Amino acid sequence: MSRKELLSKIGLRQDGRRAEELRRIRCKLGVFTQPDGSAYLEQGLTKVLAAVYGPHQVRGGRSKAQHDAAIINCQFSMAVFSTGERKKRPRGDRKSTEISIHLHQALLAAVKVELYPWSQIDVYVEVLHADGGVFPACVNAATLALIDAGIPLKEYVCACTASLANNNVAMVDISNQEETLGGPVLTVVALPMSAKIVHMEMSQRFHLDHLPKVLNLALQGCKDIKAILDDVVRQHVKDIGSSTGWSQTNRKQ
Amino acid sequence: MLQEIHIRLAETRDNTPLAINQRVPKIFTPGEIISEQQEFMRGHGTYEEDIYLKASVAGIKEQVNKLISIRPLKSRYNGEIGDVVVGRITEVQQKRWKVDTNSRLDSLLLLSSVNLPGGELRRRSAEDEHMMRQYLQEGDLISAEVQNVFSDGSLSLHTRSFKYGKLSQGVMLKVFPSLIKRSKTHFHDLPIGASVILGNNGFVWISPTMVNQEDNVGGFTQNLEEVVPRGTRETIGRLRNCILALAQSNVMLFDTSILYAYEESLKYNVAELLLPEAMVDVAILTQHKLNLSEYS
Repeated sequence: MSRKELLSKIGLRQDGRRAEELRRIRCKLGVFTQPDGSAYLEQGLTKVLAAVYGPHQVRGGRSKAQHDAAIINCQFSMAVFSTGERKKRPRGDRKSTEISIHLHQALLAAVKVELYPWSQIDVYVEVLHADGGVFPACVNAATLALIDAGIPLKEYVCACTASLANNNVAMVDISNQEETLGGPVLTVVALPMSAKIVHMEMSQRFHLDHLPKVLNLALQGCKDIKAILDDVVRQHVKDIGSSTGWSQTNRKQ
Repeated sequence: MLQEIHIRLAETRDNTPLAINQRVPKIFTPGEIISEQQEFMRGHGTYEEDIYLKASVAGIKEQVNKLISIRPLKSRYNGEIGDVVVGRITEVQQKRWKVDTNSRLDSLLLLSSVNLPGGELRRRSAEDEHMMRQYLQEGDLISAEVQNVFSDGSLSLHTRSFKYGKLSQGVMLKVFPSLIKRSKTHFHDLPIGASVILGNNGFVWISPTMVNQEDNVGGFTQNLEEVVPRGTRETIGRLRNCILALAQSNVMLFDTSILYAYEESLKYNVAELLLPEAMVDVAILTQHKLNLSEYS
């Protein structure tokens, strides 16, 4: 069997995408009625659910509450059936704790926590199907859920991965197959409108000369994702607004 | 026992929105620039960065003279003085109760702002403080009115009227606060033998209509001995399912819409109303009826 290549000679990847092409993103807001905000996001085969509760009174020990800002509580978990191998993952294992902390950092950069003193915002993310780029999908889903909950954000916070194929060409939005084939994966969380990087992580080393190329592609990926999410949010607001009749607004104009 | 079980794929779910108003105002999303001029004032849902005024939530613009705010279509309950709310006691403290009202922070109900049994105006003695848990304990449901909004956004409630007080037998359900239509009264005695309290905070209370109003002293008595007849209970269950159906399709909740939904739902039995198809059907028919009555 021939050695699999990340990028073929004609510039196509294993799944038929081009190097700078994202996987298909489909998402939906307001999937639950119990939480204040919720979202479902599919990025390729990676499927993620996010739910946001709050801002509400800090529960369980008032000591955590802050007098000048809300606290954000993130919890990441993976369903037992989300990966190829069925595995029970106890809550609070090392990997999910790490992702929870990273998610917390990413959201803290965007949420205007200073508006809600003494309160708490809970963000729960559940991975239903893991197929590469789990953390970026979680960030994107959490952003949508926060917007659905009507929590003020400075702007969208989006995440994207990028990699380097054949030691030369940058690729965006890495799937699980490409992750396992090898190649370094760079994960970037950014505020796409102001082009600020919130969080950056690399799985392997590559030469510094390649970094600008890969980083720019990842940032471009974040911008593209933001445009997709923005469309969905607008459509959602339009749907809700037209069925409630844009209530409580002064409709004179 | 034979029971029907319905399983559906999420894909096949009917998600068509009930558009009634075709004119769509401009929608703003977080980070979008609203204005480049500095002459405007920053309201809720906006923030200033550099020289720009930007939106921080997804919603529509509301402008009062120079004050611009963006209202999200869904958010936690933002209390206003005079709102009717339904809430649940979470804590009993010195001279006050803490009430969960779906607000950003727990609301307060002071011992001095409730009607105590035996006389309108009397001093709150130390004895009353010891008796607080007898009046209202953790988990009890109350209806109340917002008396004041504190600077940190928490609410102070009062129950100084016969309308308000402890709720006894009935059903509570939660919907998004944005779906409750503001109106003169939020207490409705429906002609079908049930009463509905549409709390501004999105908590809805459905109970059998009181027969003799004199019994209702707006205090802290709970009559749990009285057995509600089966018919009334079915009506309450049907009303609950109707309200859920309307909420699912984002139809505004007020007395007329609930009554219309109730009438439209009569062709289903109560349990069938929980099927997605029936819920959508009831919501569409109700919306249609509302439109007709609006234009006639």
